Amino acid sequence: MLETIGLDSEEDLISYLPQDVRFDKALSIDDGKSEYEIVEYFKQRAAQNGNGYRSFLGAGVYNHYRPVLVDTVVSRGEFLTSYTPYQAEIAQGTLTSIFEFQTMVCQLTGMEVANASMYDGSSAVPEAAMMAVRVTRRNKVLIARTVHPEYREVLQTYTRHQGIPVGELQYKKNGRIDLDALSKALDDDVAAVIVQSPNFFGILEDIKETSRIASAKGALLIVVFTEAVALGLIEPPKEADIVVGELQSFAISPSYGGPYAGIIATREKYIRQLPGRLVGETTDAEGRRAFCLTLATREQHIRREKATSNICTNQALLALMATVFMTVYGKEGLRELAEQNLAKALYLASKLPLEFDAPFFNEFVARSNGTSPEQINSKLAEQKITGGLALGRFYPELKNGMLLCATEMNRREDMDAVAAAFAAS
Amino acid sequence: MSYPENFKYTKEHEWVKVEGDSGIIGITDHAQEELGDIVFVDLPKSGAKVRKGETFGSVESVKAVSDIYSPVSGEVTAVNELLSTSPEKLNEDPHGAAWLIKVKLSDSGELNGLLSAADYQSYIGAE
Amino acid sequence: MIKKVSSHIVQNEPLVFELSSPGKRGYQLPDLDVPPVDAAQALGAENVRSEIEGFPEISEIETIRHFTRLSTWNYAIDLGLYPLGSCTMKYNPRVNELVARTEGLAWAHPYQPEEFSQGCMEIIAALEKALAEITGLDAVTLQPAAGAHGEFTGILMIRALLETRGNPRKKILVPDSAHGTNPATAMMVGYTVENIKSNNRGMVDLEVLSRVTTDDVAAFMITNPNTVGVFEENIRKICAIMHEKGALVYMDGANMNALVGIVRPGELGIDVMHLNLHKTFSTPHGGGGPGSGAVAVAKVLTPFLPSPRLERDGDRWTWNFDLPDSIGRVRAYYGNFGVLVRALAYIMAHGGNGLRQATLDALLNANYIRALLEPSYDLAYRAPSMHECVFSDDRQAKKGVRTGDIAKRLIDYGFHPYTVSFPLIVRGALMIEPTETESKRELDLFADAMISIAKEVEENPELVLKAPHSTLIRRVDEVTAARRPIVRWKPQTKASQAAD
Repeated sequence: MLETIGLDSEEDLISYLPQDVRFDKALSIDDGKSEYEIVEYFKQRAAQNGNGYRSFLGAGVYNHYRPVLVDTVVSRGEFLTSYTPYQAEIAQGTLTSIFEFQTMVCQLTGMEVANASMYDGSSAVPEAAMMAVRVTRRNKVLIARTVHPEYREVLQTYTRHQGIPVGELQYKKNGRIDLDALSKALDDDVAAVIVQSPNFFGILEDIKETSRIASAKGALLIVVFTEAVALGLIEPPKEADIVVGELQSFAISPSYGGPYAGIIATREKYIRQLPGRLVGETTDAEGRRAFCLTLATREQHIRREKATSNICTNQALLALMATVFMTVYGKEGLRELAEQNLAKALYLASKLPLEFDAPFFNEFVARSNGTSPEQINSKLAEQKITGGLALGRFYPELKNGMLLCATEMNRREDMDAVAAAFAAS
Repeated sequence: MSYPENFKYTKEHEWVKVEGDSGIIGITDHAQEELGDIVFVDLPKSGAKVRKGETFGSVESVKAVSDIYSPVSGEVTAVNELLSTSPEKLNEDPHGAAWLIKVKLSDSGELNGLLSAADYQSYIGAE
Repeated sequence: MIKKVSSHIVQNEPLVFELSSPGKRGYQLPDLDVPPVDAAQALGAENVRSEIEGFPEISEIETIRHFTRLSTWNYAIDLGLYPLGSCTMKYNPRVNELVARTEGLAWAHPYQPEEFSQGCMEIIAALEKALAEITGLDAVTLQPAAGAHGEFTGILMIRALLETRGNPRKKILVPDSAHGTNPATAMMVGYTVENIKSNNRGMVDLEVLSRVTTDDVAAFMITNPNTVGVFEENIRKICAIMHEKGALVYMDGANMNALVGIVRPGELGIDVMHLNLHKTFSTPHGGGGPGSGAVAVAKVLTPFLPSPRLERDGDRWTWNFDLPDSIGRVRAYYGNFGVLVRALAYIMAHGGNGLRQATLDALLNANYIRALLEPSYDLAYRAPSMHECVFSDDRQAKKGVRTGDIAKRLIDYGFHPYTVSFPLIVRGALMIEPTETESKRELDLFADAMISIAKEVEENPELVLKAPHSTLIRRVDEVTAARRPIVRWKPQTKASQAAD
């Protein structure tokens, strides 16, 4: 090969680079390791983590069973090692599966169009807010304090330099957004009202009424979800203008915070304001059904500084996991799964003092008396149980609150142990 | 396709046809030819103000977006609804049925600086 | 003659919705060990949905066949060379997939107590350290989810630093050869964009740069090697010009595969850069994600890194959320951890010397392809190539064949097309990046295919213009797709599929 190029050694490939730009030392990184040593290294790291704990953590990341078929499908090299499907003729597998994904997201959320996925739920929130600003040509957004606290932080980071002021809406004693406060805060500059349902406390918000109030003032309603399994059972947010959320619950392992798959869905009339990739149906030169990436002129590689977003990639492989998950469970299974989650959560909640009294799905806030949530968690850790999230970190006024989540993975005996730990506190 | 003598043209490939105190604005046949298959036309609403030399909308092909610059200033009095459902009309009849917007002219003096059909044709010939 | 592929039977397959019939199921749930509940009673009837209309109802074997059949319609790295310039499609080692699924890592919850997360934190720390070493910069954040997300993070930090100096400034300079994400990112951080024209060698023009760098300029976003695969040899001068005016230099690390182990951007004066772990560090593209856009910064920018930061506290790791100057979070939790595991596994497998060798091999492969194709295609620029080479279709265009047509014909020869029509500064660009993981045999097959297509263009251009001929579907009607977008399946379209 060197002979073909006309060089004597590989070093000649870089010898023309100016001496003052070259790094002529050795990188201070250990010598290459064998496959066996690499596997051992990561096993040791896993062992350093807490292992074999049964968890009641939710708060945006949920513990659900991953059907075996999911990894069987996504481990296929044709999916795993393929590129973004720009070349439609040799990417129909990915394109078709994304078209199915977009369809399932619409069916699930009650929206008319959905894109090929976003980085995650948190970054989908500011993307939706920016979209609402484009649609309404207004510049303010209001977000409920019952939206995931880290999602709200991400919204602040994104909007800070785009001239989009963000106002926060308080929640009421029952754990739901204060709709009177919303009515007062709404003015003609508000582009969007952002609420989450089930909200961060697990509680269902009144989407119909929130929509009525927002639309009366010409603001769009953005509904966020973090627990996709809820959509198997609860009324979808049909009244929303934009729905964003996180599909981690659909066979994506918690993996210490990512990678996950976010979604954004909306009404057909806003399709040209959607950020991110979109797959469309068309035909090939012989009239057969085919799929391709479409409406690319919204995107950065064509519109550059005028693009709807700088977003370039989606989360195709994670979206595929979610698609396989939705296919495995299907119409009946997703409902049954959601019903099991509800039953487990209600069983656990029935044994604990609750902070709020509005209906919830598979998460709720329990209140400790005297002993702090952190202390209760320490007690539970001795029984190899990871308790819920102590809320004081995000809500100082709820320093006695613990956000607990029960899914199909939690056993009755562990729930009884949690109840006992609270009772002893 | 011929370039009507009664239109005025811009170097950005728009045309304007004056009817009384109004101007009908479109893009030229040359422009649609360069863009290829047009898939979407983004236009302002009636009542919007446009200014000479500033962009008021865009046309999109599959892989390109082009801004449209107004040849004149004024208020938009009509928008061609046909283009929202049939953008391909812009490829078929850019000087006729596929006009873009109608504007009530605020300064008819602006027309003087525009190109005649002959000037425009020699301009695109040289481009 | 086409050596790499032969045609074979491919299964047709409808959409999953068209396979569905009521009552079919592919799942099992355990028996409930708590009392069942009536959802309408528990939540209020108004809060309970009716069935999810149109949702799939198929059996387990139908599910596995459905997705397996779809998979066979894809090209993939596992099937062969992916010569996409600037995309760095290299082999994705399978051990990375295995270790990312290690039970204690894959099931770690981001809110589990720090004392139970030390293994995950150790992995993050090890990767941050390795990437700082590779870039020659002072600190690394692994939070951004993708390259463009990393750009956004980097420019936010630049803005934050300039604000503490009293003036965030107004403009970001971007070369006309840049990726589209660069200008789009600048806008999201409240900057306007000024495009800088490249010189006739495809490089940054120092005179132009000096002239436009005023007190209004916040930063210059540069890709190095640039998007024609050429090293910006004046990079030190470029950085000096910017720094002299109080502006910063952002490096788009998309092409870092050309530099690992031989050039450290931090030593050249780069202030901040992102790395695409899904390019340079081998994590799989998965048909378009997940990626990870780690960002490395010089000391001056470290106070502004996204929250939280991983820190050492005695003998354990801890997350510090108390960072008054931080730009805040760019996403929830700590980043695409599963991708980080894979990237660290890649670095461990290579070691420092192995990483440098991989870079040399990437350069060797690109220059080998360049040498083989030069007789048949026009080189865009004669400057020495690093990890990719860019040709133009000038010669073929005379026969009416453009880069997009040659790309489609390449599919018939069993290869994925190269990057088409980018960078924009080359008319009819063919941008080819083979990466280091390709064998000489695969490279020779690719070069043979390209040379054969060049001959076809001379002798039978129609053959190339109508390509591909051997694929599952022919060229698709992108125009109708964009004019009348259909982006979801609906039951009524069923009739139109009856003909299949």
